[in-house]
Amino acid sequence: MRPSAVRLLNILVPVKRAVDFAVKIRVNPEQTGIDLNVKHSMNPFDEIAVEEAVRLRERLKDAVKSIKVVTIGPPKAVETLRTALAMGADSAIHVEIPEGAPSPEPLAVAKTLREVVARQKEGVDLVIMGKQAIDDDAGQTGQMLAGLMDWAQATFASKVDVDASAKVANVTREIDGGLEQLRCQLPVVITTDLRLNEPRYASLPNIMKAKKKPVEKFTSTDLGVDLAPRLQTLKITEPPKRIGGGKVANVDELLAKLKEAGITSKRA
Amino acid sequence: MLARVRRRPVIFSRITRTLHASTARQRQLFDPSAVERISEDVDVCIVGGGPAGLSAAIRLKQLEQKRGKEFRIVVLEKGAEVGSHILSGAVIEPRALNELLPDWSSRPDHPLKQPATSSTMKFLTGSLALPIPHPPQMNNDGNYIVSLSQFTSWLGTIAEEMGVEVYPGFAGAGIVYSDDRKGVLGVCTNEVGLDKNFHMKETFEPGMEFRAKVTLIAEGAHGSLSKELINQFDLRRDADPQTYAIGLKEVWRVDPSQYRPGEVVHTMGWPLDWKTYGGGWVYHMADGLVSLGLVIGLDYANPWLSPYNELQRMKHHPYFSRLLSGSSTRIAYGARALNEGGLQAVPRVHFPGGALIGCSAGFVNIAKIKGTHNAMKSGMLAAEAAADALCRTNEETTVSKPESPRLSDMSVYETSLKDSWVWSDLHEVRNIRASFNTPLGIWGGIAYSGIDSLFLKGRTPWTFRNVSRTSDAAHTLPASRCKRITYPPPQPPLSTDLLTSLTLTGTNHAEDQPIHLRVRVNGLEDSTVRREHVRRNVGDYAGLLGRACPAGVYEYVDDEHTSAVEEGKSGGWGGKKLVINSQNCIHCKLCDIKVPTQDITWTVPEGGGGPKYTIT
Repeated sequence: MRPSAVRLLNILVPVKRAVDFAVKIRVNPEQTGIDLNVKHSMNPFDEIAVEEAVRLRERLKDAVKSIKVVTIGPPKAVETLRTALAMGADSAIHVEIPEGAPSPEPLAVAKTLREVVARQKEGVDLVIMGKQAIDDDAGQTGQMLAGLMDWAQATFASKVDVDASAKVANVTREIDGGLEQLRCQLPVVITTDLRLNEPRYASLPNIMKAKKKPVEKFTSTDLGVDLAPRLQTLKITEPPKRIGGGKVANVDELLAKLKEAGITSKRA
Repeated sequence: MLARVRRRPVIFSRITRTLHASTARQRQLFDPSAVERISEDVDVCIVGGGPAGLSAAIRLKQLEQKRGKEFRIVVLEKGAEVGSHILSGAVIEPRALNELLPDWSSRPDHPLKQPATSSTMKFLTGSLALPIPHPPQMNNDGNYIVSLSQFTSWLGTIAEEMGVEVYPGFAGAGIVYSDDRKGVLGVCTNEVGLDKNFHMKETFEPGMEFRAKVTLIAEGAHGSLSKELINQFDLRRDADPQTYAIGLKEVWRVDPSQYRPGEVVHTMGWPLDWKTYGGGWVYHMADGLVSLGLVIGLDYANPWLSPYNELQRMKHHPYFSRLLSGSSTRIAYGARALNEGGLQAVPRVHFPGGALIGCSAGFVNIAKIKGTHNAMKSGMLAAEAAADALCRTNEETTVSKPESPRLSDMSVYETSLKDSWVWSDLHEVRNIRASFNTPLGIWGGIAYSGIDSLFLKGRTPWTFRNVSRTSDAAHTLPASRCKRITYPPPQPPLSTDLLTSLTLTGTNHAEDQPIHLRVRVNGLEDSTVRREHVRRNVGDYAGLLGRACPAGVYEYVDDEHTSAVEEGKSGGWGGKKLVINSQNCIHCKLCDIKVPTQDITWTVPEGGGGPKYTIT
C-alpha cells in the first residue's frame, strides 16, 4: 500500500456493469429483484472516472505509469472492461463471479478492491471511482475502501488536480453548501461526480486496439474475500401508481377537501 | 495514522459552475470533404447484425475451413447490442437454421424453446372473434415461436465465437465508392461528437472507413444505405417499387389461466376497415409471455389513421381483453416496417463490390408472414458467392495492378438465389398480397387468396404487377376526402398513451447531435423545403406523420411567429411548424416510407442510440 518510490503514478479505476440508464426497469414476478434480462452498460459515474484517469495522463504525460481498470462481475462484465480499455486504460482485472450470483454489496466490493490494491506489485497511488452506482445508489464503496486502507479520501469530486512530484492531489468537492477544496496527500481514493468531465466515445479503432490489451482474471477465493450478501432483501415492489386528482371549484371547496383528508387543523 | 487531508475554508459560498464542455462559439463546422478517416482493410464488411448479416458471417467462417483460406469479416451494427434494434412476431421456420447450424438443438443456450402447437385464424368484428380457415402456408408444424431479438443475439454470440468481428454501437453511415462511382469499395461508420448544428465538439471523432472486397448490406427493411445503393445503381429498373407494412408489437406476461404455450393466432377485420390491408397476431411464447400486435399495410389511404391507436383499441376487443385480464403486465413495446412487395419487388440484388441480403432486398413471404428463413438463406448464399469472389480476387491481384482495386462480382449470388428454395417459396405466394389492391379491398383479397393458396398454389401463368408503380406514400388520399377517425382515450392498464409505451422501448439518443431525420428534397434542406413540407402535410394531409409515427417523433405545432415572412424563414406555414423529436425515434422507417411528400430521409444517428429491445 505504499506509494511507488519513483515519482510515477499508478491509477486504479474500479468500474461496475449496471443496468443501462435508458432502460425501463421492472420488478420481477417474485418481487425479489428487478428483471435483469435487459441492456447493461458501464455505470455512468465510472465512465467519468475512466475519463478522468485518461485526462490525468494527457495532462501529466509520463508521470502516469499505468491505468488499470477492475470490475467485479459475471463473465459478461468483460465487455465493460473492454469499453474502458478502448477509452484509454492500459490493462484490466476481472474478478469473476458466477452468472446469476447476487451483486456484491459495497463492503464486500471494498474488501475485494483492497485485496486487488495489495496485490499490485508496483503499488497504487490513486483510486478513482464513481461516487455511486445507478442500480443501487449506495454511494458507500469509495468511502469504505479509503477507511479499510487508511487512505485519504475526496468524494464527489468536480475537479481533480494532481501534482505528481509533490505527491499531492487538489480536489474540489461538491457539497451541500457549495464547493469544498481539499489538498490530499497520495495515496488517495477519489469518487467522481457528474460535473467532473464529459466522457469520450470509445472510437472503433480504439475498440479494435483494446482487444489486444491484457485482462487478468481472479475469483473471490483467489483473493480470499467472501462476497456473500450480509443483507437479506425481503421484498421489492414498484412505487404505488399515481391515482388521478380532482378539480375544485373554489377556495371553500378546497378547504373542505383538505379537512376531509385531515391535513388542515382549521375549522371550516 | 490520521487521514492526511487539510481543509481550506470555503471563501465563496456561491461559485458559478462552468460548463465542462467546450463552448459552442469555439467549435468548427464539420467539413465532410476535409475529414481524415482511419481506414481498415477487411475481406467482407457486413452492415447490419440481424439474421441475414449474421448468417452470412457464420457461413463465411464455415467456408474458411473448406477453402483453406482465412477471411477477415466485420459486422457493423447500429444498435447498442446485437438484437437491440430488431423485432418481429415471431414464428420462424427453421429451414435455413437447419442448413446453417445442423446441430443447433444440441447447443445449450439456443432460444428456440417453444414449438408452435396450433395455428388458427379469426375474423374480428366489434365484439366477436369468428374462426375462419387460413391458407395452408400459415400452418406452423415444425416452426418455433421466438423473440427475434433473442434469436439474433444468440446468432451474434455464435458469430463472435467463430471469430467474426462484431461491432455493436457503430452504424454503417456512408458508402465508399470507387473513383468512377461504378462500384462499392466499402463503408464508413458514423461520425461521433457533432452538435446539433454540425459543429465538432471536444469529443469529435470522424467515422472509420472499412475497405472491403465484398460489402454485404443487411440493414433490414428500407435501410438507409440500401436506399442509396438502389438509386445509385438503378437496381429497381426491372422490379416493382417495394411496398411495406408497419408492425407494432407488445409483449405481455399474461395471467397463467390465459397462457396456452405454442398457440398461434392471426386476426383480420376489426379494428381495420375493409379497405385497409392488415391484421393482428397473438403468439404464446415460452416462459409465460405472449407476443401480440398489429400489422397495417402502409398503402393505407386515410391520413387520419393512427397505427398506434389502432393497436391500442384492438386490445379492448373481448378476445384480447380476456387474454390480458387478471395479473397480466406489459413488458415491451416496439414497431418496425416490414416488406410486403414479394417477388415482384425484389430488385437486382448485386452491384459491383457487394450485394443486398435479407430484408434490405425484401424476401418476406406474406402468406406465411415469415421472412427470417429467407433472409438467413440469402445471407448464406451471398456468403458462398463472396467466398468464390474472394478466392478469385486473390488469384487475380498477383497479376493486376494493386492500385486499382478489382470490384468483386457477386452476380453468382443472384443466380444461386433464383435457383434456391427462397425463390420458389416467394413464387408460390407472389399474387396474394397484390390481390388485395383492387377496389374490392380485403374481400377481393380474401377471395382470390383463398383460391390461390388452397388450390392453385401460385401455379398460374399470371403475376400481378404494380403497373402504375404507385408507392405506398402515393396511395395516401387528402384528408378532406377521408372520414376522420376518432380514437377512444387510453384506458390503462390495457391501453396507454404513446409516450408511456415508448419508455418500454428503452430508446434514447445522445442529446446534442444532429437530427438524423432530414427534411430534404433533391439534396436541398433549407427553410423553403421545410415550409413546403408543412404546407402540404398540414394543408392536404392533416399532419399525417404526427399520427403515423409510432414513437411520437413528429409534431405539427403552433408557430409563434406573427408575420408570414418570419414564419416562412423559420420553415412554418399557416400558423404551424414541424418539430422533430428525434430522440424518441425507434428506427422503424415509417416516415421515410409513408410521408406523402416523400421529403423525409432517415439517416443513421450516432451508433448505440435507438431502442434497446431484448424480448421483442
